[in-house]
Formats: sequence, structure tokens, C-alpha cells
Amino acid sequence: MSAAQKMTYRDACRLALQEAMQQDERVFLMGEDVGRYGGSYAVSKGLLEEFGEERVRDTPLSELGFTGAGIGAALGGMRPIVEIMTVNFSLLALDQIVNTAALLRHMSGGQFTVPLVIRISTGAGRQLAAQHSHSLEGWFAHIPGIRVLMPATIEDARGMLAPALRDPDPVIIFEHAVLYNSEGELPAGFTGVDISQARIRRPGRDLTLVAWGGCLPKALAAATTLAQQGIECEVIDLRILRPLDDATLLDSVRRTHRLLIVDEGWRSGSLAAEIAARIAEQAFYELDAPIARVCSEEVPIPYPRHLEEAALPQADKIVVCAQAMVVQCPV
Amino acid sequence: MTDVLQACHQDLLLKLLRDMVHIRSLEERCAQLYGETKIRGFLHLYIGEEAVAAGAVNALEPGDALVATYREHGHALVRGVSAEAIMAEMFGKSAGCSRGRGGSMHLFDAEQRLYGGNAIVAGGLPLAVGLALADKMQGRKRVTACFFGEGAMAEGAFHEAMNLAALWQLPVLFCCENNLYAMGTALARSESQVLLTVKAASYNINTRSVDGMDVVAVHSQTRKALARIRAGHGPCFIEYQTYRFRAHSMFDPELYRDKAEVEQWKQRGPIHGFSARLKEAGLLTEEVFLNLEAEAGDEIDRAVQFAEAADWESIEDCFADVCTPPEHTA
Repeated sequence: MSAAQKMTYRDACRLALQEAMQQDERVFLMGEDVGRYGGSYAVSKGLLEEFGEERVRDTPLSELGFTGAGIGAALGGMRPIVEIMTVNFSLLALDQIVNTAALLRHMSGGQFTVPLVIRISTGAGRQLAAQHSHSLEGWFAHIPGIRVLMPATIEDARGMLAPALRDPDPVIIFEHAVLYNSEGELPAGFTGVDISQARIRRPGRDLTLVAWGGCLPKALAAATTLAQQGIECEVIDLRILRPLDDATLLDSVRRTHRLLIVDEGWRSGSLAAEIAARIAEQAFYELDAPIARVCSEEVPIPYPRHLEEAALPQADKIVVCAQAMVVQCPV
Repeated sequence: MTDVLQACHQDLLLKLLRDMVHIRSLEERCAQLYGETKIRGFLHLYIGEEAVAAGAVNALEPGDALVATYREHGHALVRGVSAEAIMAEMFGKSAGCSRGRGGSMHLFDAEQRLYGGNAIVAGGLPLAVGLALADKMQGRKRVTACFFGEGAMAEGAFHEAMNLAALWQLPVLFCCENNLYAMGTALARSESQVLLTVKAASYNINTRSVDGMDVVAVHSQTRKALARIRAGHGPCFIEYQTYRFRAHSMFDPELYRDKAEVEQWKQRGPIHGFSARLKEAGLLTEEVFLNLEAEAGDEIDRAVQFAEAADWESIEDCFADVCTPPEHTA
């Protein structure tokens, strides 16, 4: 049994890539600056030296072209991992993701599947301004035919890639840019993770707090503050943005009777809206308070730190919102 | 001209003619069935362009991959997808080559390595690059032939795919079917550079242009390009100069081109031109030609009967094959 290991989220992502390429010759990494540069977030640093240029493949600035090439390579028997530098750039590849990868299996009557993994960094918090800071993962979660994952912990950053590569269909893994430097421990005897269920990261009886990706640490921090005030939150890490794990959410809400969703996407048409609708549809009479949401403000993410912080969900906003839910309908 | 024909094997010449006649027969029946509302949605006919699919697809080896556009009935048929499976697909029946889910624009066949039927203009090009990349990385000597219209050359995907294929020296044959109109927009109204081979050559890629109404020229130039690719010299680009005799789709009133122009191109029709040449060379008789037409008609009759009799996919089954496991919830 392996000992517990301290590492960053970035290390965990890199170890996952390294292991995948060691174990399966069909796996290769392709994207902008993944090779000689070492990855724009240094995730793939050192992999070129270990696996060579064929398998750690630098591409031109052609998101549409190399994402489509990833689809074709997957159809041709390889197991490509395409890296898109940031979610804003993924829009340049959207046609291939939505019009080809997601629908080829169904439209071909099940003859072809696309075992492609796309890794995309996402999210704000690094003062990179509006064209490098958005959280569009909710858009991808709208589309049938792709699985959407968002690791928020070291374990998930380390473990989600392997089952994603085993999936015969396209999987998108969103890595929150702010998490790359976060440190944590990979537990002793780590054997992997599932990519089908949400997970309770902190149990609690008074209120269900759902978060994912970069919002999970904020939700956990808020839960700590709220606990000091006598409000016990159950924090659920959504992990899988599509297909949604309704069962885990419903089970929690049936115990806490309150639901607060934290989403770094904009409120209108957000994934938070979808979750709220599902819980309202399936557990309306279990609720003791209206479902609440803390989302990003509806502005392009601004550059200055104070404005960026104001635009994003923060632990203190979550605390205020949770307090109001409890005051409105006491525990 | 007769010398060129004599140099080809007679079986091949008759195969090329036969394939063109079969495509024509299929397409004419499709137009009729569209009128009878048996085929719905968009239907893009290939009439006039048969020499390209017949000549080029016949040059491929069995293991090669084929990526096509939404005007792909002919390519599928020549590649070996049965007329029954194609017709059933257009009827939307579960016996269709895509289980009826794709229709006219989305013919797929895993066995023949036909990767669609793509209705996003230029959408198939990056896919073809990836298929070829997989072959190269796995040390297989196969080629991916990717068909697209000249309209696709204005799309970013064209440029990105050409660059990747040339940069990585991938075994892709880029087959541009230049029928002069991107839907209703003439080439000169949409491209600053109307010499398509010049445009393609900017990617440091081998290019050639061929009379797409001449099935033998199409076939021989395609073979040459394929041989070059198989020898490891990287991708090639071929422009097939052709013309569509019918409207873009069944909804198109054809306001954008002169009837005289259409008539002029029809004089160069690929089937009657080729059959006349074969007769002149003493390689074909009127009787044999009429037999070919009758045979094609019979094949399409059987295909229509098959499609009529085939079942519809059940609504429950429609939720299968979205992804694993099935995602549908009520």
C-alpha cells in the first residue's frame, strides 16, 4: 500500500497524465505549448522528455483543428488527450466538440464512439481579465453525448483521468486555474475515483451547500464559519457536471431541507439554475426555504483585484446567503 | 483520348461507368421519392458530379477511410454501402446505414470506414486529419480521403486542417469538389483567390486540378495522388472541376445562376460523355449501356422496396447510444 503523499493539484494532474501514458501506448497529449513550454500552467512539464514529441505533441494555435484531429485520432484507435489552454479558447473548438464529438455516436446509429478526453482550464481569480477568466463549463453540461467532470480535490485531479480515458465517449475535464497551486494529500492506498457520483465533503444537518471546482474551497470555508454560528452545512462536491447525480443531492436535501448552490458561472441559464429546477421538481415539499444561489455577477470578469473579487462567489457571500435562509425559516 | 482508354483495363472502365449510372439512378429516384414525401428534410443531389465519386472512390484501397459531406450518397454507394441501406436511411428506417437517425446528410458505415456524411461545411477536415494521425502513429499504411466543396475553403477549419496535415506529413487526400457554387454563392463572389490549387499550395502541399467531368482523368489523377501519399510524401490536394446539374437542395429555386450556364455544363455530362467515348473506342455497345441502366433501375427498385418494408426505430431505442450509460431520464 502506497503511503500518503503531499502534492499540489498541478502535480496530481501531471501524475495522472504520466501514469496514463505509461500504461497505454495509445494515449497521447496534444495542445498548445504542452511540450517544449511544459504547458501554460506547467501541468505537462517534463512529459516531453519522458514520452517524446510524438506523444506530447505541440500544436499550432488551431483549437478547432487539433480538437477535431483529436476526435479523428480517437476514431482511429488512439486515446488522445487534448488540452485547451483556457475555456475562453474552447469556443474556437466548439463546432468540433458539439457538432462532431458529442453526436457522432448517436447519429451513426451507434457504429462509432469517440473516446476522447479534453482537458480545459477554467475560472477566474488570477486577474487575467475577461478573455481568460470565464466559467463556461455549464454550457458544456447542456450537451447530451459528453461527460463533464470538474475535479476540485487532489484525489480527483489525480484520479479522474483514468476512468475518463476508459469511457468510450468524449469526456471534458475542467481544471480550475486557481486550484493548480493548492496543496493537499493524496491518501495512503489511493486506488482511484469514480466519475459518476457527487460526494459529501463535509456532513451537516441544517443546509445543503452544493459547489464544484474553484467554488468548493469557498463553500468549505463558509461552512466552517457557519458552524461557529451554529449552522451545520452539508457540503457536496458536485464533481460530475453531466450527467448530474440527482440522487446524492436529493438525499441530502431530504435531510437538511435547505439548498444553496454556489456556481462560478453567471446566474442566468446557469448549471445552478438546472440543479435548482431539478430539486424543486423532485423535492419541493421537502424544502423549508426557497432554494438560493450564489453565482458570479452578470458582468464580464474585470481585471482589478477588488472588482474581480466582487464579481465572483466568495465565502462571505455564501455565509450571508445561508444566514438569510436560516433566519427566514429557522432551523 | 482513345489511347488513354486503351491503357485502362476494360473491367475498370465498365465499373466506372456502371457506378456513375447507379449514382444517377439512385439520385433521380431520390428526387421522385422526395416529391412523394417518402424522403424528408434536406436532400442534396449529386447529379452532374458522378464522375468525381466514381473516379476517386474507386481509386481507394479497402482499408482507407472516407470522410464526406452532406452530398454523399454517391460516395457511399461507390464505397460499397448497399443501395438498400442508403435508401432505408433516407426513409429514416432502422435498417438504414445510420439506423435511420441521420438521413440523407449523415450516411455512416463502420465496415467501409465511412465516417459520415457531415453537414457542417469543412467539419470533416479536422476529423480526417485525426484519422490519418492515428494511422501514422500506429504505423498503418492507410490513407484518409476527405471530400468537401469549394465553399469549405473559406472556412477556418480548412486552413487549420491543411496546416496540421502538412506540418505533420499525414496521409490525407483532400478532395475538393469545386462545383462553382457554395449553395448559391459563386466562387468569385466568396473567394479572393479563385485558383484553389494556389490557395492550397500555400500550405506547402502537393496539389493538382483535374476535369471533374472526366471520370478517367479523375481516377488516374486520384491514383497518382494516393500513390504519392502512400509513399510517405505527405498529404495531397486535388481540385475536381465539376458542376451540379440540379438545385443545391430541394428547397432551392436556383435564382443565382443562368439556365444557359447549366445547359452548357450538361453538354459535358459525365455519363453520356464517357459512354460516347467508350462506344467510339469500341469498348461499349448501346445494348450493354441499356443493360447497365436497367440493372441500376432494378437495384434501386429493390432498395425502395427494402426501405418501404423496413421498420421504424422505437422511441425507447432512440435514447440508446447517446453515451454510456444511457443518459435519458423522463
